[in-house]
Formats: sequence, C-alpha cells, structure tokens
Amino acid sequence: MAKDVKVYSTPTCPYCVRVKQFLKDNNVVFQDMDVSVNQAMAAEMISKSGQMGVPVLDIDGDIIVGFDKGKIQQSLGL
Amino acid sequence: MDTYDLIIIGAGPAGITAAVYAARKKMRFLMVSKDIGGQAAWSGDIENYTGYQFISGPELVHKFEEHMRTYGIDVKEGEEIIGIQKLKDVFEVRTAKSVWQAKVLIICSGKRSRELGVPGEREFRNRGLTYCATCDGPLFSGKDVAVVGGGNSALDAVLQMMRIARKIYLINNTAVLGEDAVMREKVTASAMVTVINNARVVSVLGDKMVRQIVISRDAVQSVLDVQGIFVEIGLIPNSEFIPAIEKNHLGEIVVNKRNETSVPGIFAAGDVTDVPEKQIIIAAGEGSKACLSAFRYLAQQPFP
Repeated sequence: MAKDVKVYSTPTCPYCVRVKQFLKDNNVVFQDMDVSVNQAMAAEMISKSGQMGVPVLDIDGDIIVGFDKGKIQQSLGL
Repeated sequence: MDTYDLIIIGAGPAGITAAVYAARKKMRFLMVSKDIGGQAAWSGDIENYTGYQFISGPELVHKFEEHMRTYGIDVKEGEEIIGIQKLKDVFEVRTAKSVWQAKVLIICSGKRSRELGVPGEREFRNRGLTYCATCDGPLFSGKDVAVVGGGNSALDAVLQMMRIARKIYLINNTAVLGEDAVMREKVTASAMVTVINNARVVSVLGDKMVRQIVISRDAVQSVLDVQGIFVEIGLIPNSEFIPAIEKNHLGEIVVNKRNETSVPGIFAAGDVTDVPEKQIIIAAGEGSKACLSAFRYLAQQPFP
C-alpha cells in the first residue's frame, strides 16, 4: 500500500522544486501543500515540524525537514 | 586508494560547467558538493543567461543538472569538505564521510549568506529567522517582520514582503540605503515600512519562535516585536576549508587568467574566486576555463 506523502512548500523555494522533482522521478504520488496561499496549511506545517523552513515532508507521519534525500529514501523504502 | 585525475568541489554553475568539459575530455573525475546549483538555485528570475530570455533559478539549475547527468558523472552530493592536504603527487580531499585523492582540483565552492553573529541567531534559524525571503517569505503573511541589511538584496526582500507582511522594519547599519534608486524610493514611500538607519542588531529573542529583535542605535537599545527576521547582509566565500592558498581581503581565492591559484595543481572558478563580477554566466564560463587549464596542466605533468 502506497504511503501517504505530503509536501509543504512554497513555489519559490528551490529545494521545494527539487524535492518534488525527486519524488516525481521516483514515481511517488504526493499531495502538494502550497503554504504560500493557505495559512491553515502553513500553521499545520509549523506545528508538525516545530519550525518554519520549507520544504517539509510528511510521510505517513514521519516528518522530514528540508531536501534530505537519504532520509526520504529510507522513509519511502526507495 | 584510487587516484582520480580531477576532483571538482562544488556543483553550482562553475562546477557543473567544469564537469561537462571534464566529461568531454574523458577525464577520470569526481564531483563533491554540498548541493546542486549553489546560489543559482536560490535566484528568482534570470533574464541575462544567453539562450533563455526568461528562466527561474531552479529551472536553470534543473537544465544544468540534466546536461551534466547525460554524461553519467559521479556526483557525491551532501558532502562538505573538511580538509585538503597535499601528499607527494596528489591532493587528498576529506569530508566527514569519505576520503578521495586526485592529481588536480578545481574549487567552485561559491558563496553563502553572511550571518549576523549575534545571540539567538543560530537558535532561531528557521524558527522565524531566515536568509531567504524568496523561499520563506510567504510563511509570514500578515505578520510584523524585520529585514536586516541596507543593500539591494535587503531592498528586494522588503519589496517582496510588502505584498505579504503587515509591518516591516528595515534595519540598516549605515546612514543610507542601497544604490538602486527605484527600489529605494518604493521602499521609503511605503507606509508599511519603517526604515531605521545607523542601527545594528544586538540579539534575537523568542520562545519556540522569534518574538523580538533587539537593536542598538546611538548606543541606545530598543526592542521591536516581530515574528520574522530576514537577514540580507551579503555573502561570504566558502573558502575556509583550504587555508594554505592565496586569498584577498574578502576571503576570495585569488586566480589568474587561467584560473590557476597560488598552489600548482589547484584551480578555482566562480564566486569563490576574486573574478570581477559575480554572475551565473560568468561563473559558468570560468568553470569551463578552469577545466581546460586543468586538462592542459595534467597533460604537461610527468605523473607516474
């Protein structure tokens, strides 16, 4: 069963673009949470990760801050 | 240990271009870098890279990376150099995870944001304090923020935040703001913006997130209530990992026309060097030049 993957991001942050590209390249389906247009999503991201930097990934409750390829691969079992 | 012909340090425009040239020269080489794209990845809109009338930083970096990957280049990403040592015939490059050897090096490690160096800065990084208004700005919608700096990048950050934040303090440590008259007028004309010249940051305060910034002006301290702090006080070269090389007063590695440094066998290119003008297209051109010089140097050496 595929994992539930959310990416909290802004359209202007380079690592957000790169992390989404990385997921696409690995055929990972994800929900793109644009925190620049939705304040509720931004608040959700801050409460989950305890910080304000983007991107933040939520992989079935596993919170990863930044484009940390190693952790993402591990969490997704890639 | 395996000895490479070349190790390229850094994968911004200079490093990636050097890598493309090295691949086409069929050199045995390795790239070692903290990230891909360097500062170019953080650029907003680029309208002066020949061939692209308009492209964003992340898109241009994606193109660069795509071009590089077609050659099957070995890239060690996420590695930070902790030391470089000259052994008998080779250089040893050390990161926290690995050690490699090569006959020649090209350093393209670029620049990074300068830090304030005040209490609270490290603690609140990404907890309200950021060095990238473009990336993190949208998270401060309707909030009161401070932008620290007085140059054009600080003005640019203020202009971006004028569309997002409620109130903006611009804290500038000199008497006047940056040289771009158009930007300066927009900033000073806005009712949302309070410009505080001749002020320096003393500390950053908060609990889980930033709550206040303490500034000092004419030896008088004051406290501003802000939820966000954008630090835009310029860039410094990533050149600390190589102490025994000639640098200028800014810490930039000194290179000649052939991108040779003061150490034979070590070449450098892009923003980490003292090349006049820091531009993506210049860094890319310098990267190609450094690779061709390194190739020529190798061909002339009596390596075993």
